[in-house]
Amino acid sequence: MAGDETTLTVEGLKTHFFTKAGVVKAVDGVSFEVGKGEIMGLVGESGSGKSVTGFSIIGLVDPPGRVVEGRIIHDGRDLVGLDDEQMRSLRGNRIAMIFQDPMMTLNPVLRIETQMVEAVLAHNTVPAAQAREAARDALGQVGIPSPDERLRAYPHQFSGGMRQRVAIAIALLNRPSLIIADEPTTALDVTIQGQILYEAQKLCRETGASMIWITHDLAVVAGIADRISVMYAGRIVEQGTTADIIDQPAHPYTRGLIGSVPSRNTRGDRLFQIPGMTPSLLNLAPGCAFRERCSVADDTCLAEPEPSHPLPGRVLRCHHPVLEVAQ
Amino acid sequence: MIEARSISKRFVKSLDLAARIAGRLGASVREETVHALDGVSITVERGEVVGLVGESGCGKSTFGRIVAGIMEPTEGTILYRGRDLTTLQGAEAREAALEVQMIFQDPFASLNPRMRVENIIGEAPLLHGIVAKQERDGYVDATMRRVGLDPAFKRRYPHQFSGGQRQRIGIARALAVQPEFLVCDEAVAALDVSIQAQVLNLFMDLRRDLDLTYLFISHDLSVVEHISDRVVIMYLGRVVESAPSGELFDTPNHPYTRALLAGAPKLDARRRVYEPVMGEIPSPLDPPGGCHFHPRCPHAMPRCRHEAPVLRQIASGRHAACHLNDG
Repeated sequence: MAGDETTLTVEGLKTHFFTKAGVVKAVDGVSFEVGKGEIMGLVGESGSGKSVTGFSIIGLVDPPGRVVEGRIIHDGRDLVGLDDEQMRSLRGNRIAMIFQDPMMTLNPVLRIETQMVEAVLAHNTVPAAQAREAARDALGQVGIPSPDERLRAYPHQFSGGMRQRVAIAIALLNRPSLIIADEPTTALDVTIQGQILYEAQKLCRETGASMIWITHDLAVVAGIADRISVMYAGRIVEQGTTADIIDQPAHPYTRGLIGSVPSRNTRGDRLFQIPGMTPSLLNLAPGCAFRERCSVADDTCLAEPEPSHPLPGRVLRCHHPVLEVAQ
Repeated sequence: MIEARSISKRFVKSLDLAARIAGRLGASVREETVHALDGVSITVERGEVVGLVGESGCGKSTFGRIVAGIMEPTEGTILYRGRDLTTLQGAEAREAALEVQMIFQDPFASLNPRMRVENIIGEAPLLHGIVAKQERDGYVDATMRRVGLDPAFKRRYPHQFSGGQRQRIGIARALAVQPEFLVCDEAVAALDVSIQAQVLNLFMDLRRDLDLTYLFISHDLSVVEHISDRVVIMYLGRVVESAPSGELFDTPNHPYTRALLAGAPKLDARRRVYEPVMGEIPSPLDPPGGCHFHPRCPHAMPRCRHEAPVLRQIASGRHAACHLNDG
């Protein structure tokens, strides 16, 4: 994002969990930038550390886990090492998070209005009526019909898609500069997912907020993200623009992942399959974590691949990347 | 091979004591009926893979359960090789029940956590006299190998396996009684992309090797497109369209099918602007009159509001239920 302002810079982030069985390096040296108004897709399978990366940024890593190394620079300020009070003033204000299950955000026994007004008043000294107005506008903004009446409703009176909209509206209330969306459409139906993607895209364009869209679904980020980072076993193995990653994936894991997605061109054929399964992060052996499943791995892969920049705008962690010439 | 003739299923929530008393006293309480299925007819030919697609509440899982014999339809008949399953008695009924097996979405919930894998797989064939007691071990080994599991692990419990392996155990359990027809209800929905590809490939191998017929229920259009020969689309308890896979995805007829296809994220459609279908999925408790889709349909006419369109043939092998096809 040369020339553009960056909203968030993550440098060498390491979040480890100190369990009885050993150290789980859930996030192990992750670096990326998110520009203003940019949507960055963070893609990975279960246990790749994509959600923990999100939680680390917003300061929600619970013990036994903690950020052990790295910097998280948001709007020019390092978030690592901020105390609880300082973090609380940022959370829900400058940085907001949307979860897969909107009921994680919503309190089932309070009216939407109460919850939204509370979120405004927690960070602003404004009259309650003004806070209510802000709440109503936010509901309208995410496409909830008759927001005035819906403010009086309880979360259970909304459908799944509508609840997710309310959660997004709450995230937007204080005009955050960064929204972390953790699988926000995974539990939704296709047509409802389309609606939420549409709203998210529109909001980033209108408000200039940056977004980190965490998902396991490559097809979703292909449609919405400007850039994609692919995570595997706690590291970003490949990073680039959406077009580059989808059209010319260079890391064997990214290539395998894209090949595994069923599509219209694959009907009747066998899907490409990555053998084996994701390694346990507990006491992970040194070297490339993907080498056990990789078709081009050799002895050089016993050494940890360092991030390289073989192509403009691309970051790779691989000893044997597949660098095709663009057609 | 299987012919479902105008299957209807209604779930009635009966009134509790308090509601009955309130009703006696003149309150307007009544029994609530969910029309999960409303005259659904689907035929599956031998060796065919039929994909059944729809969003939450469309009745696709209910239909799968009725076909698998787990539930009784309220109305309609299921013909298996021309015989009505409900009229069979004794040994014949048991035999017919074994021919149709079901694979469930959640491999965590569908395996008994207190049984060893060898018993999960070996119990039914032993009970039904498919194998003798002394041959059981070898039979279990062979079945496990067929689905890509190492027989060395047969003494383990389900929690000692990963999600993908557990799904394989579920498949092995279904295959152990030598069925001809498998009902897969969202069988790959809970799996990571790379594991999903492995299981989809397994389904295709099994189809080839064992000459199986599938009813493949899913909300994921790309999975269904990949694996199915024919696709049936359901909306709120009714079939709205059915066509050979290629034709359905190339030239969808029903406005709902078109909306579904447009809304689904795809790898090759990136940085697209989403144009969502408006509106919510109505509650099956109180579906809209006429064509169920009319409140969300961009082409709705006055006629759609009170007259339900019937499923009619629109081309060879293609059926759709839409008034637009009459004009």
